[in-house]
Amino acid sequence: MQPQSLQLSGIRKGFGADDVLKEIDLSVRPGEFLSLVGMSGCGKSTLLRIMAGLETPDSGTVSIGSRDVTNVDPSDRDLAMVFQSYALYPHMSVRQNIATPLRMRNLSLGARLPLIGRMTAKASVLSKIDAAVNEAADVLQIGHLLDRKPAQLSGGQRQRVALARALVRSPAAFLMDEPLSNLDAKLRAHMREELSGLHRRLGATFIYVTHDQIEAMTMSDRIALMSSGRIEQLGTPDELYQQPATVTVARFIGTPSINLLPVEIDASGRVMALGRPLGVSVPARYAGPAMLGIRAEDLRPAAGGFAVKVLRSETYGADRYVTGHLADDQAVCIVMRQAAGDPIAVNGEGLSHLVFPEQRAHLFGADGNRIETTVPARIAI
Amino acid sequence: MVLLRKYLPHLVLALGAIPMLLPFYWMLLTSFRSPAEIFDVSLWPIPKNFDAVENYARAAGQVPMARFMLNGVIVCLGILIAQVLTAVPAAYALAKLRFPARKLMLSLVIAALCIPMQALALPLYVGLAKTDLLNTYFAMMSPFFLSVFAIFLFHQSFRSYPDEIIEAARIDGFSEMEICWGLVLRGSLPSLAAFAVFSLVAHWNDLYWPMIVVTDTNLAPPPLGMLFFSDVESGANYGALMAGATIITAPMVVCFLFARKHFIAGLTMTGVK
Amino acid sequence: MSAIELPLAQPVKARPRRSAADRRMARLGLMFAAPSALLLLGFYIVPMIVLAVFSVTDYQLGALSTRFTGFDNFTKAFHDPVFLRALKNTVIYAAIVIPLGVCLALGIALLVYGRKKSRAFWEVAYFLPVTATLVAMATVWQFLLHPSLGPVNAAIKAMGYEPVSFLSNPTLLIPTMAMIGVWQVLGFNMVLFLAGLTAIPKDLYEAARLDGAKSAVDRFFIVTWPMLGPTTVFVVVTTSISAFKVFETVAVLTRGRFGSETLLFDLYLEGFEYSNTGYAAALTLLFLLIVLVLSIGQMWHMDRKVHY
Repeated sequence: MQPQSLQLSGIRKGFGADDVLKEIDLSVRPGEFLSLVGMSGCGKSTLLRIMAGLETPDSGTVSIGSRDVTNVDPSDRDLAMVFQSYALYPHMSVRQNIATPLRMRNLSLGARLPLIGRMTAKASVLSKIDAAVNEAADVLQIGHLLDRKPAQLSGGQRQRVALARALVRSPAAFLMDEPLSNLDAKLRAHMREELSGLHRRLGATFIYVTHDQIEAMTMSDRIALMSSGRIEQLGTPDELYQQPATVTVARFIGTPSINLLPVEIDASGRVMALGRPLGVSVPARYAGPAMLGIRAEDLRPAAGGFAVKVLRSETYGADRYVTGHLADDQAVCIVMRQAAGDPIAVNGEGLSHLVFPEQRAHLFGADGNRIETTVPARIAI
Repeated sequence: MVLLRKYLPHLVLALGAIPMLLPFYWMLLTSFRSPAEIFDVSLWPIPKNFDAVENYARAAGQVPMARFMLNGVIVCLGILIAQVLTAVPAAYALAKLRFPARKLMLSLVIAALCIPMQALALPLYVGLAKTDLLNTYFAMMSPFFLSVFAIFLFHQSFRSYPDEIIEAARIDGFSEMEICWGLVLRGSLPSLAAFAVFSLVAHWNDLYWPMIVVTDTNLAPPPLGMLFFSDVESGANYGALMAGATIITAPMVVCFLFARKHFIAGLTMTGVK
Repeated sequence: MSAIELPLAQPVKARPRRSAADRRMARLGLMFAAPSALLLLGFYIVPMIVLAVFSVTDYQLGALSTRFTGFDNFTKAFHDPVFLRALKNTVIYAAIVIPLGVCLALGIALLVYGRKKSRAFWEVAYFLPVTATLVAMATVWQFLLHPSLGPVNAAIKAMGYEPVSFLSNPTLLIPTMAMIGVWQVLGFNMVLFLAGLTAIPKDLYEAARLDGAKSAVDRFFIVTWPMLGPTTVFVVVTTSISAFKVFETVAVLTRGRFGSETLLFDLYLEGFEYSNTGYAAALTLLFLLIVLVLSIGQMWHMDRKVHY
C-alpha cells in the first residue's frame, strides 16, 4: 500500500452546546509525520477520531487519497490507530492481537470461529497471516513475546504490540492518540526515537496526537497546533518556533515558555516597550496595546538593558534558567536561559539589566495574531 | 426500516417486560377488585366495584397482618444491628490489627462463606429445641448474628483505609474503638449501606428458617405469615390474598423504587466481591 | 474476591521480640475479634461437627436411644425413591433455570445497555422481581396460572387451545416452577451483566472497528463475549447455586405434592417434619457437597480473573 494523503475540509463538530471543532481544514501529505498538538480539550483527539470514523462530523468531508470517506465505516477506511490505552484484547495472546486486523479482513465469519474455524479456513491464508505477524513482530523486536498475554507485558512492550497490530496490514495511514503518555519519562524518550525510526523505515503517513510539544517538535515533519477547536498554525517545527503565528503558539512551543512583555504601539507605528521606543516599526493601523515575545535564550545581561529583579536561578547541567520579574511590573515574569558558566550580573539591589536582539522578538497584536515588524538596526533598549 | 431498527430494542424489551411485570399488575388489580369479579380474567385496569378497603381490611382481619409486618421489622433490624456490631470490629481487627490466630480466623471466615445457611439449619434447630428456645425471636435471629459475608466485605473495604491515618489518630489519643467506628467505618459507608440492603432484603424475604423454628402465628415474619394466610383462605378469597401479598411485598419494592442505585448495589454485592 | 491474600502464601518471618505496643495491639485484636470468633465457633464450627456426627447415626429428635450406623444413611439415600426424585427434579429445574436465566439475562443486558434515556426504566422493570418477596409472588403466580380463574389460561383459551393445568399436571410442575425461577433471577443476572458490560473499555470496541470488525455481531464475538467471560462464569455459578436451593416456590405451589419435591424441600421434610435427624443430616451433607462443587467453579473464576 502506498502512503496516502488525507484531507479534511470544513469539519465542524459540536457536543451539546459546545463547538469542539470550528471549520477545520487540513491536508496531510502522503508519507509525512504530522502532529496535532494542543492543550487538553482543544479538539485534537476529536479531530483524529473523525479521521478514523469513530466520530461523525456535523459538517465537512474527510477523504483519504482521492476517496471521500466521510460516510465510510471505520473498518473500511484502511486506517490503523494506536490508542492511548493501547486497547489490546486482554484475552488474546500477543500473536492473536497482531493477527486480528488480518483475520477480520481475510477470513469469513465462519473461519474466524474458535475450533470449527481452524478446519474451514484456507491454509494458505492462515500461513500468510502468520508470516505477516512474524514480520511485524520482528520490526518491533517483540518476536519473543508472541505467546504472552498483554497483562504479562510491561508498558513499553504493550506499546510495541499496539504498534505491531497497526502496521501488520500496511494501512493507508497510522493514527496515534497520545500513544506515549502512559510511559515513564525515560521510556518515552526512547520510544520517540523508535517511532521516528519506524516512520522513516515505513515511509507511511503518520498522524500523531499529543499534548506534549517536545514529542511534536522532535518527531514531526509538520505540526498543526490547535486551540479551542481551531488550527492556530500549521507548519514545520522550526516555523512554529521561529515564526509563531499567534501568541498561543508562541506560548505553547518552547521550554521555558516565551517571555511576554506588554507593549504599546503608538499612532505613528512605533513600539513602546517599558516607556522606551523599540527600534522596530509596524504599520500605524496596529496602534494600541500589544505583546512582545522574547525567547529565554535570546536574553543576555548587558548594561543599558531593561531592569529585571532576579528571584532565583536553577542550573540544569549545561544550562541555567534565571527567573525574575520586571523591576517596574511584578506581574510580568521573565526567564533567561544562558550557559551555566556565564555570569548572571546582578547589582546590589538584585537587579539585572537584560538586552535582546530585536529582530528575534515577536510582536503580537491585541487579537493575539503576529504583527510583522521591520527592524532598521539592532539597538538595545 | 430505519424507524424499526431504532425502536426494535425498545419493542423487544417491552415485550419481555410484560411477563416480568404482569404478576405485580395482577396482584394490585385483584387486591382492588370485589370477590364477585373473581371470574373476570380481563386485565382491564378499572374494577367494576372498588373493593380495596374490604380486601385490605380482610387481609388485616383474617390473620394478624400488622403483627407479621412488625415481626418482620423486629427480626430484620435485630439481625442487621447484631451483624454490624459483631462484623465491624472483627473486620477491623482482621484488616488492621496484628493478633495471634488472625490468619486462621481469616481462613475460617472465607471457608464459612461457602457454607449455605440451609446446611447448618439441622444442628441449629436441634440445639434450639434442646434449649427450649423454639418459637422465639431469638431462635429466628441468632443464626444470623454473625455474617461472615459482612466480615469479608468490611475486611476488603477496611484494608484500603490508609494506615497513616490510623497511626496519626492513635498518636492523637483516639481509642481503638473510636478509630474503628468513627474513622474507618465512616470511610466505608457505601459498603455499609449496600450490606444493610442486602441483609434486610434477604431476611425480610426468607422463608426457610422461620418455617423451621416458628409455628406460632404471632411470631411469624411476613413470608411465613403469607403461607399461613394462603392456607386459611385456600383460594376462596383471592382479593384478600392479593391484598396480603401486596402489603408484604410493598416495603421492599417501594424502597427499591426510591433507592434504586443502593438496592442494586446491595443485592448484587455478591457479584462484585 | 480476587483481592484475597491467602494467608498461607505470606512468607514466614523470623519473629523479633515483641514490644509493649505489639502486645497491646494483639490484646485489642483478640478483643475485637472475640464476639465474631465465638459466634463462628457456636454457629458454624460446632454445628458442622454435630451435623457430621448426626449423619452417621440414626438419631431422631426426641428419641431415647441413638445408634452409630456408619454410612447407612448415605446408602439409604441412594435407594430412597423420594430423595432420588427430589434430586432429579432439582436437576431438571436447574437445567431449565441456568441456560434460560443466563442467556436471556445477557440478551436483556445487551439491549438495556444500549439505551441511554430509558435505561433506568428497563432496569427497574426487570429488577423488580428480585426485590419482591418470593413467597408472596409465588402466590400471585399460582393465581395467574389458575386453570379457570387465571388470565394466563384465559389467554390460552382465547387462542383456541385447551387450558393447561400448570400446577396439577405432574410433568408440568417442575418446568412451571423453573419458569418462575427464571422470572425471579433474570433481573439479578441482568444487573451483573450490565456491570460487566460497563467495565469493558470503549477503546476495545473502537480498536475492533478499525481492525475490521464492521458488524455488531463481529464486535460481540471479538470484544464483548470474551471480555464478559469472567462475569458469565460467575453468573452461571451463582445461578446454579441458587437453583439448587429452590424452596419457596415448592413450599407455596405444591407443598411437595404430585412428586414435586426438590432437594431442599425433601431435606426440610425429613429433618423438620418427620424428625429423621440422622438421615436428614446425611442428605444435608450431600446438598452441601453439590453447593461446594459449584463454588469451586467460582474459585476457578477468581483464578482466571487474575490474568485480565
